[in-house]
Amino acid sequence: MSDIPKDRQYTDTHEWLRELDDGSIELGITDHAQESLGDLVFVELPEVGSEVASGEECVVVESTKAASDVFSPLDGEVAAVNEALEDQPELVNQSPWEEGWLLRIRPANGMPEDLMDADAYAAQLESEG
Amino acid sequence: MERKTPLHDAHEAAGGRMVGFAGWHMPLTYGSELAEHRAVREDAGMFDVSHMAIVDFEGARAKDFLRKLYANDIARLSTPGAAQYGVMLNPEGGIKDDLISYFRGPERYRTVVNAGTRDADIAWMRKIAADFDVSVNERNDLAMIAVQGPKARERAAAVLPEALKGGALELKPFTASERGDWLVARTGYTGEDGWEIMLPADRAAAFWDNLVEVGIQPAGLAARDSLRLEAGLNLYGNDMDETTHPWESNLGWTVALDPTERDFIGRQAIEKARDASDKKRLVGLVLKDRGVIRHGQTVNTSAGEGIVTSGGFAPTLDRSIALARVPEAAASDPEATVSMRKRELPVAIVKPPFVRRGKIRVNLD
Repeated sequence: MSDIPKDRQYTDTHEWLRELDDGSIELGITDHAQESLGDLVFVELPEVGSEVASGEECVVVESTKAASDVFSPLDGEVAAVNEALEDQPELVNQSPWEEGWLLRIRPANGMPEDLMDADAYAAQLESEG
Repeated sequence: MERKTPLHDAHEAAGGRMVGFAGWHMPLTYGSELAEHRAVREDAGMFDVSHMAIVDFEGARAKDFLRKLYANDIARLSTPGAAQYGVMLNPEGGIKDDLISYFRGPERYRTVVNAGTRDADIAWMRKIAADFDVSVNERNDLAMIAVQGPKARERAAAVLPEALKGGALELKPFTASERGDWLVARTGYTGEDGWEIMLPADRAAAFWDNLVEVGIQPAGLAARDSLRLEAGLNLYGNDMDETTHPWESNLGWTVALDPTERDFIGRQAIEKARDASDKKRLVGLVLKDRGVIRHGQTVNTSAGEGIVTSGGFAPTLDRSIALARVPEAAASDPEATVSMRKRELPVAIVKPPFVRRGKIRVNLD
């Protein structure tokens, strides 16, 4: 298990969120998530400018094993997507915390409140075994 | 309680991600299944296939027994080491298992069967063998390692026991060479050149380490599945089972209907199935778009619906491919669609294999 960055927050479904300087929120999946999924072969990203809603699917990641939905943890509008993933989905495996980010969302209501910090997320991973 | 192969500790030590498979605790990958796949296509990789059962048959009527048991005709083998692929049918013509058999002597044969079916297979073999007074001996004292890839034989030869080395390198495809409890066969399940090596279980871990030392990449079940799918090779339980017969499983070529007087199990049923009007065929699909075809998805053809029996991402093609069972009337169509999640995407219908000996064998345009 690699170190869990302290500069962001986490959902209990293994997504991470990081607030950027321009107020947008960057979303990705954790190292644990990419490891459980296996090698990614395809990432389906939303259109820039489209709306995302909390709890709804915003990205589909397909690994060699299965297709998995990534659910948006917040309401907002898609400000940017990681276009590099179109040709290099493996960036999510190789660099889940940085180069493998999925999308940036301009939040409708700021950061959601029910997120975990790095320590709480680490504790959840521990309890999941 | 899951069963463990003699190489179990070696897999865990190498960081294998272990999963349950057909009652066995096996490595899914050792890190990256895509890298393992490429190692086999371009260089050399190896798989622990000790979960498959090695079964020896011996008796004066062993040949008669196997000519009853198998849809392929074992009488076509007459030299020691000759190997044959085929299927074992139930009386209704459904496929009980697919297997490779070896001629070892006029009264001695060996067969390797799948892990998921091994117990049922052996019970069935014993039942039929009783009428022929043939012994059925499950060789749990042996392990099996498949080394596959363009460099696999050359590398593995360096660490084979001296007495086997020369004979092994001279083997033609689908033949084997034996020395003591070691057997090297030029066979595999990846579409690449290579060997399947049977050896004493207590020697397996040391030999595996030797193979690692000469640069052969350990590969897990995930790469094994993507390699066999690219090679257009069926997976028992997915692409065929007790409810499908050889004609609809792309395995008609393994059924020996001549001589007509050979009364193998399932013969009457599959002769009837061959003349039926509602026939199906197992075909290959190549997804034109991005996405991944998965097992169980519906194929929409000009002659009705079919079903994806195996689907996945093909690293060599950088596309998704599948095997699918479709109405015979649509099997020669150029295309169809597959219903995937919320979309219906166009696919080309092709004849497997998709990849063989490192080369793409289907048109990707």
